[in-house]
Amino acid sequence: MNMIQALNSAMDVSMGRDPTVVVLGQDVGYFGGVFRCTDGLQRKYGEHRVIDTPIAEGGIIAAAIGMGVNGLRPVAEVQFADYVYPGYDQIVSELARLRYRSAGEFFAPVTVRMPCGGGIRGGQTHSQSPEVLFAHVCGLKVAMPSNPFDAKGLLIAAIEDDDPVILFEPKRIYNGPFDGDANKPAVPWNSHPKGEVPTEHYTVPFGRAEIVRSGSAVTIIAYGTMLHVVEAAAASMGLDAEIIDVRSLVPLDVDTLCNSVCRTGRCLIAHEATRFAGFGAELAATVMENCFWNLEAPIQRVAGWDTPYPHAFEWEYFPGQARVALALKAVMEPR
Amino acid sequence: MPTRSRLHVPAPPARPGQPPDFSYLKLSAAGAIGRPEISASWRELGDQASGLVRVLDDKHRAVGPWNPRLDAQELQVGLRHMLLTRLFDDRSVRMQRQGKLSFYMKSTGEEAVSVAAGMALQPGDMLFPAYRNQGLQVVRGQPLVGLMCQLLSNTRDMCKGRQLPVMYHSAQANLFSISGNLATQFPQAVGWAMAAAIKGEDHIAATWTGEGSTAEADFHHALLFASVYRAPVILNVVNNQWAISTFQGTAGGEQSSFAARGPAYGLPGLRVDGNDFLAVYAATRWAADRARTGGGATVIELVTYRAAAHSTSDDPARYRPRDEYQLWPLGDPVERLKQHLIALGEWSEERHQALSEELDAHVAASWKEALSYGTMNDGPRLDRDLMFEDVFKEIPEHLRRQRELLRAEFAAQG
Repeated sequence: MNMIQALNSAMDVSMGRDPTVVVLGQDVGYFGGVFRCTDGLQRKYGEHRVIDTPIAEGGIIAAAIGMGVNGLRPVAEVQFADYVYPGYDQIVSELARLRYRSAGEFFAPVTVRMPCGGGIRGGQTHSQSPEVLFAHVCGLKVAMPSNPFDAKGLLIAAIEDDDPVILFEPKRIYNGPFDGDANKPAVPWNSHPKGEVPTEHYTVPFGRAEIVRSGSAVTIIAYGTMLHVVEAAAASMGLDAEIIDVRSLVPLDVDTLCNSVCRTGRCLIAHEATRFAGFGAELAATVMENCFWNLEAPIQRVAGWDTPYPHAFEWEYFPGQARVALALKAVMEPR
Repeated sequence: MPTRSRLHVPAPPARPGQPPDFSYLKLSAAGAIGRPEISASWRELGDQASGLVRVLDDKHRAVGPWNPRLDAQELQVGLRHMLLTRLFDDRSVRMQRQGKLSFYMKSTGEEAVSVAAGMALQPGDMLFPAYRNQGLQVVRGQPLVGLMCQLLSNTRDMCKGRQLPVMYHSAQANLFSISGNLATQFPQAVGWAMAAAIKGEDHIAATWTGEGSTAEADFHHALLFASVYRAPVILNVVNNQWAISTFQGTAGGEQSSFAARGPAYGLPGLRVDGNDFLAVYAATRWAADRARTGGGATVIELVTYRAAAHSTSDDPARYRPRDEYQLWPLGDPVERLKQHLIALGEWSEERHQALSEELDAHVAASWKEALSYGTMNDGPRLDRDLMFEDVFKEIPEHLRRQRELLRAEFAAQG
């Protein structure tokens, strides 16, 4: 399966098992979503369970909260992460804190899915990676898969979770892994081991990172599209890197990350979002607190530049293999 | 009578493979709706928000109280702008299909909405367009080459490569920067108009959004602020029936008209035939005169049809009948104005053909020139250092450092 089919399968499996699971969002019903993630679900489960909504992210999130309070398990799609902001107040002030402020009497088990990231010539309004804006909010679980297997497992786990979950879907890797080189022909997921996705129910738990490649020279921490970029960059440099896919940003698997860095003594962190106060800053601080006495070099971060995502300079903005390679050199030969 | 609540989910009258059905559309005969005084209170207004303001009748005559009585030359200018907009759209999509640009959005079938309104306003009026209002750029005399360079993100792109195609702007022409986010500029136009009133200036603001986007809270903020402060602004809702696959009923058009949002906030609402150049012109003039004389804001719903796909990334055959547009009861805005001029004895098929060829040659020549300034893939490119400018007025130290790092990245690649 590609990531779109895997996400579709996750919703299908969840709706089949649990009649309280509903899907709502713009274009998700009859049309099946602009990226086809909900294709066929309305035909199978009806228009009361796969609901086409008005174009109002605030309304979508708020209605999902109300449905969640009244016993449903809503899966809300925001068409692009870049368009979530009208719903941000409902997520930050309401969804994230409902359990806390009502001392546990009320909660809304809402999952919010949204495609994120660049690489599709989407310009500044279809390319953003705003994960840290949600990771910073107490009460939200946040995840970003790097492959179809994890996408399905994390989405089912999200739907079954009683806490609100924000699931970021890197749209550049919806159809295949991407190593950062836009001139290479596209690679489909069916040639990648993580494109093998069981049709039945399974979960990938929150709070668990995955060591994608074991190594001893340096620990590279990444998630989403960037996982594939750092793998390719480390391979082309012939580095024996340990590569870790964060997957779950909140809760964060501190042990897996820090045990690795304590072993290798070196750490590079990569994400596509802008650098300043990005999630990499949290990761770097966590690694520093836990691994300071084992570090052989300053922790390096690779990220998008601190500008909006420019349409004409997509690949100059994107943290590709060249940027990763320079940072890897800096972490391997710090002086 | 239902004995318990049942979720109502609006559905469009026809899906692919089914015969189009526009029986849901409430129509009025041309000339049937009254034209109130511009000083009238919204309470004194009659059926303007529920009926349909129309001027051109089935015999291509201009009838009724909304007839703006434009002279033949003005009508010919309007026809020229609409035709140019259409030909520009057509060739732009061809350029996208050839891979010269990443994306495009046509306004086919909706040309009167922008062109007639643009002509009814004054050059000093500030326009806050949405992304399907290219006719406003044409009316305001924006050179096609300049628009095309924006589409190409090339060395002469007004946005310096930062925006998706069609997100134009021109401070000099009073055309605000177009946002890819929906309805966000609606309340901003109200703020602009509030400032004009604060400063005691006569210029007004006008803004456009789709009926789908009226679902966003920003739309409601705009109506509220416009009403509270009696801001001199025209709030246009382009009801082209479809927002990607979302039909107008899902946006709330099934129970009530979009024009009727106005009276709910104490603003007049006019529901207008958006494919009738004369009706759009007259309604815009009414609202503009009212705003300019202290009467505040008007909500205008322009009933039209999105004849093309939402964008070059969309395939409407997946969600609506292919031939829906052919059966659209309000016809085609270019054809209707053309037939009106012919009926007046001020136009002919031959002149139309000649104009069409002249404009298409102009569009083709403009494309040739624009391409010479580069495309996304070939020819000269914008300096990549530009991406670090305009994040702030002055480039801060951390962005200077990142600019150096990007240079180093390219130096390392050779």
